[in-house]
Amino acid sequence: MSPFGPSVRRLLVTAVAVGLASAPFVLGPYTIGTLSRILVFALLAISVNLLTGLTGLPTLGQSAYFGVGAYTAAIVATRLTDIGMLQLLIAAGVSALVAVPTGWLAVRARGVVFLMLTLAIGEIAYSAAVNWKSLTNGTDGVSGIPPVVPLPGMPALELDGLVYFYVLAVFLVLFAAVSRLGSTPFALALRGIRDNERRMSAIGYPTRRYALTVYCGAGALAGVAGALWVSVQRFVSPGDAGFEIAALALLAVVIGGSGSMWGACAGAALVWLTRDYLGNLEAVAGRGPLLLGLFFVIAVYTLPRGLAGVRLPPKLTRKRTA
Amino acid sequence: MAGWLDGNFVSVIDGVAFGLLLFTIAVGLSLVFGMMDVLNLAHGTLYLVGAYVAYALSDGSLWGLLLALAAGALVGTMGGVALTFLTQPLARRGHLDQAVLTLGVTFIVADLLAAAFGGEVLPTDPPTFLRGTVDLLGHAYPVYRLMFIGVATGLATVVYLFFERSSLGALVRATVADRDMVRALGVDIRKVLYGVFAFGAALAAVGGVLGAPILGPGPGVDETVLVLSLVVVVVGGLGSVRGALAGALLIGQVQTLGVALLPEYAPFLLFGTMLAVLVVRPHGLVSPAVRT
Repeated sequence: MSPFGPSVRRLLVTAVAVGLASAPFVLGPYTIGTLSRILVFALLAISVNLLTGLTGLPTLGQSAYFGVGAYTAAIVATRLTDIGMLQLLIAAGVSALVAVPTGWLAVRARGVVFLMLTLAIGEIAYSAAVNWKSLTNGTDGVSGIPPVVPLPGMPALELDGLVYFYVLAVFLVLFAAVSRLGSTPFALALRGIRDNERRMSAIGYPTRRYALTVYCGAGALAGVAGALWVSVQRFVSPGDAGFEIAALALLAVVIGGSGSMWGACAGAALVWLTRDYLGNLEAVAGRGPLLLGLFFVIAVYTLPRGLAGVRLPPKLTRKRTA
Repeated sequence: MAGWLDGNFVSVIDGVAFGLLLFTIAVGLSLVFGMMDVLNLAHGTLYLVGAYVAYALSDGSLWGLLLALAAGALVGTMGGVALTFLTQPLARRGHLDQAVLTLGVTFIVADLLAAAFGGEVLPTDPPTFLRGTVDLLGHAYPVYRLMFIGVATGLATVVYLFFERSSLGALVRATVADRDMVRALGVDIRKVLYGVFAFGAALAAVGGVLGAPILGPGPGVDETVLVLSLVVVVVGGLGSVRGALAGALLIGQVQTLGVALLPEYAPFLLFGTMLAVLVVRPHGLVSPAVRT
């Protein structure tokens, strides 16, 4: 961020926002669908970044809250209301609620044990989606989701372009809200926890409570992303709560690097395009996961500076596990 | 209680078998992390490779099984060595990089295996002479699982005795406790570390060969195995053989009894167990402080 002055930055932000807003007028429906998915995935990456980049808690379990939000929105949409705002709020609430006990467990650990715990939480959410058939329909997933009505009185959004505007609006509001968080004392405390937790608790910060708070907030954000996902796809299946989503979101943040929100969004776009387009190329017919894996390996060796800001304090992790 | 045990007898014994399988797999993950400080998220992939080796080589005879075991051990060792080379340059960069790298390896290998063997779960039969059931206290029980319990108990005993009783095992434990001190004594600890990685990886692949008739090869099995191993390691306590054993036996019971008694809630039972253990013992059942 530093190379740009505030006025240049404002210009850039405006240019990106205008570019995103005018996309449906120039691009085809397939591309717009992809762009909607990228925005949803970027929200998930921002959620991971709150934990991994800002607070130094590497998570492989945000797919759990993404999945909880998606299933909540799907169930609300099919059984209760097609009002998008209500779906988002309920999804955020339920995800945050699920994040309380799971996060309480996870933030007892740091470093790699935190990673293990979140991975297990994510996998348990996935198997819950498969096994809790009365609620989730098992592997068949929830279908027949009506098109979303953003606010009461508005028409149902049937066209991809209109859904895109809905996703974009929610994305911009949440992006702005999380950016605001960046300079608050709360965010500074989280950075302090990332850089030297012992000092933070020595000067009186209840660091575990801070970690749990940001964990629940990130869970709610992931839940909103899940609800938007349902509005775009009009379908949800256990795969949406699966390990691959969590791994891709972490990869997006690692590639983006330095705990920056822009980095997370750029990483999300890069990862999603790799997955979506490379996987569909004729020359590599269906070998998407292979390319994605190579992408992981190459990224980790060639982008060490992208990783600088999210590196775990090695001393801390060694202390906990030795 | 006796009636309850009688009704769930098969599940309980299945739980023992599954627990021992989990131990065979998870002990390598635990030691590699505890000693080398390497987080190997490709550990479930090593199991999957072993399971495919069993599928490809088992022809129903004893020789087929032994051949598969030898091939599994060899492939696992090679996998361990390869992962050592891949993760070594990242040793100073922290766990997140190791996580991303080993995740990449899981994606690559899983995709290659799916290309070679297809996207279906492949049912792998036990060798012909181990098929059928025996009468176990009035319950019909598969011979193969009984044999598996025997073999895995032997394996667990050997691993336990090696690490807890042999002088080489003492060296390994000393390396876990204080790497610099062991280095100062003139030991080339890199050899110790590489050896443990190769050994742990070979065990995971052998677990795959033996476990194929129980948890057969197929897409997604690598993930399932990885997560169960991580839960075992977290519940049992990092970097200790005893912890891996305690965690594996507990999780084995929770999984099989949970699926038998409350199928819809089985995933939550797994989480509940993890929660309960970590609340009472934040460092796992066998915490590093009491490790000998």
